[in-house]
Amino acid sequence: MSAPAAVLAPPMGGVRPRVVDESRLVQWLLIGTALSFLTFFLLVPLAAVFYEALRKGAQAYFSALIEPDALAAIKLTLLTAAIAVPANLVFGVAAAWAIAKFDFRGKQVLITLIDLPFSVSPVISGLIYVLIFGAQGVLGPWLAAHDMKVIFAVPGIVLATIFVTFPFVARELIPLMQAQGNEEEEAALTLGASGWQTFWRVTLPNIKWGLLYGVILCNARAMGEFGAVSVVSGHIRGETNTLPLHVEILYNEYQSAAAFAVASLLALLALVTLGLKSVIEWRTRRERAVLSPEGPQL
Amino acid sequence: MYVSNVPLRRSVLPGFGLALGYTLLYLSLIVLIPLSAAFLKTASLTWTQFLGAVTTERAIASYQLTFGASLAGAIINATFGLIVAWVLVRYSFPGKRLIDGLVDLPFALPTAVAGIALTAIYAEAGWLGKPLAALGIKVAFTPLGVLVALTFIGLPFVVRTVQPVLQDLERELEEAAASLGASRWQTFVRVILPYILPALLTGFALAFARAIGEYGSVIFIAGNLPLKTEITPLLIMTKLEQYDYAGATALAVVMLVASFLLLLAVNLLQWWAARRSGAEV
Repeated sequence: MSAPAAVLAPPMGGVRPRVVDESRLVQWLLIGTALSFLTFFLLVPLAAVFYEALRKGAQAYFSALIEPDALAAIKLTLLTAAIAVPANLVFGVAAAWAIAKFDFRGKQVLITLIDLPFSVSPVISGLIYVLIFGAQGVLGPWLAAHDMKVIFAVPGIVLATIFVTFPFVARELIPLMQAQGNEEEEAALTLGASGWQTFWRVTLPNIKWGLLYGVILCNARAMGEFGAVSVVSGHIRGETNTLPLHVEILYNEYQSAAAFAVASLLALLALVTLGLKSVIEWRTRRERAVLSPEGPQL
Repeated sequence: MYVSNVPLRRSVLPGFGLALGYTLLYLSLIVLIPLSAAFLKTASLTWTQFLGAVTTERAIASYQLTFGASLAGAIINATFGLIVAWVLVRYSFPGKRLIDGLVDLPFALPTAVAGIALTAIYAEAGWLGKPLAALGIKVAFTPLGVLVALTFIGLPFVVRTVQPVLQDLERELEEAAASLGASRWQTFVRVILPYILPALLTGFALAFARAIGEYGSVIFIAGNLPLKTEITPLLIMTKLEQYDYAGATALAVVMLVASFLLLLAVNLLQWWAARRSGAEV
């Protein structure tokens, strides 16, 4: 039995006794390990995208971006996100309103079901729509008879994108609105506000940062989705190619510099997404620190 | 939390019917009905046909690669993710906030971009592929390449689940352990590790689940040789391109069942974590 007090080193000037910190050497070893891991797996791949994109010069870079097929891919990607993100935004708000503001049976099951698309492989996310709308699918003959195309056409791409981005807004809003409770809305109603007024003037301002956070993540995934869209797209150049699919085609045709040029657009989108995400996290942390001891957390 | 035999609290807020009705309708149309189509399609096969389709030599080789590489990637991420989370919470160093923000890159970077970037680096002429090739290690177009891609896409999970729990850990616990004579390592193993274990396991399971279904980042670096470097999602894709819808769907059902079991495990882990933090605070 050693005397416990003897183990305690004299306080080092900070408020904490030194025993709860690792030695300098261990600290630097751990920091070094963490940074090398992140360098090899994050920074080097990111740098490689831009290096490979600019390898053949600025001229080649920009001509790869303004070539007609690339422009068509940019347009289709923007169109897809412009449909998928608002659709999932409306759903996310409705789901969060029902789940966070009311009690009902099966709530936990509903939350799990909303998260389901995150645990489905992207390839399977595309496959299930082929099984319904494809030529051999359940609705295939009917669609063919009415001269409509879903698979190998834009509607299929939009549907697959909606599926893979389905939970983003809802899963951001549900815990946030649960933490906020109903008191403010109840007060507004007591003061004579209508349901919609209460939503627009009370609820929405309260959830705006969480909403924006979900929308940004949803948008990044919608513009970047590859596997699910690849299954339903049919890869028709200039028609059903989104940006990630365009990257694949160029890469497989050994047009490496052009592939990386288009990929660099998507990498920039990712960096902007991360930047905005950090800003929003910083703002919510600050607001939370000001407003209440407990509150929203990721 | 809601318990079934407690009377339901009545809310005075309006819009419950509309909000829940729309939620259920949209969920059914986008997710539930299409997903059940996969199971219905498989029901058109007899049991023998189904077993035959999912136990071909090629399918089994693809499961081994997919699940093996996913498991190895998740183990790598659990180890290094814990170190990254620890370093980000406990130490200060230049560029820490930037690094913290970049951890989420694999969530934000489209998988196809990650795929071609990793291939460029780890190909034999690439920045890292060249020195590794000199050591006799081939990464791109081998199972090792699959592992690299799956490690990349699962990287944020462990960091992001462990980080908040480490932040909440009260230093007094460690001080108490130290004052009772525990070494730093003993304190870590006996005090800190048990505290963060549910979060660590949750992050591990999430990274594993994500890796199993991954497609975009793997197909560029894998080489895609049947029986050697072909992952199951790619095999599904190949069957679809050959219009073998029943075969593709049978494989998809195997993967869906595996994913749902993992989802269940994650839910149980989170329930365990919530109960523990509730009991200990």
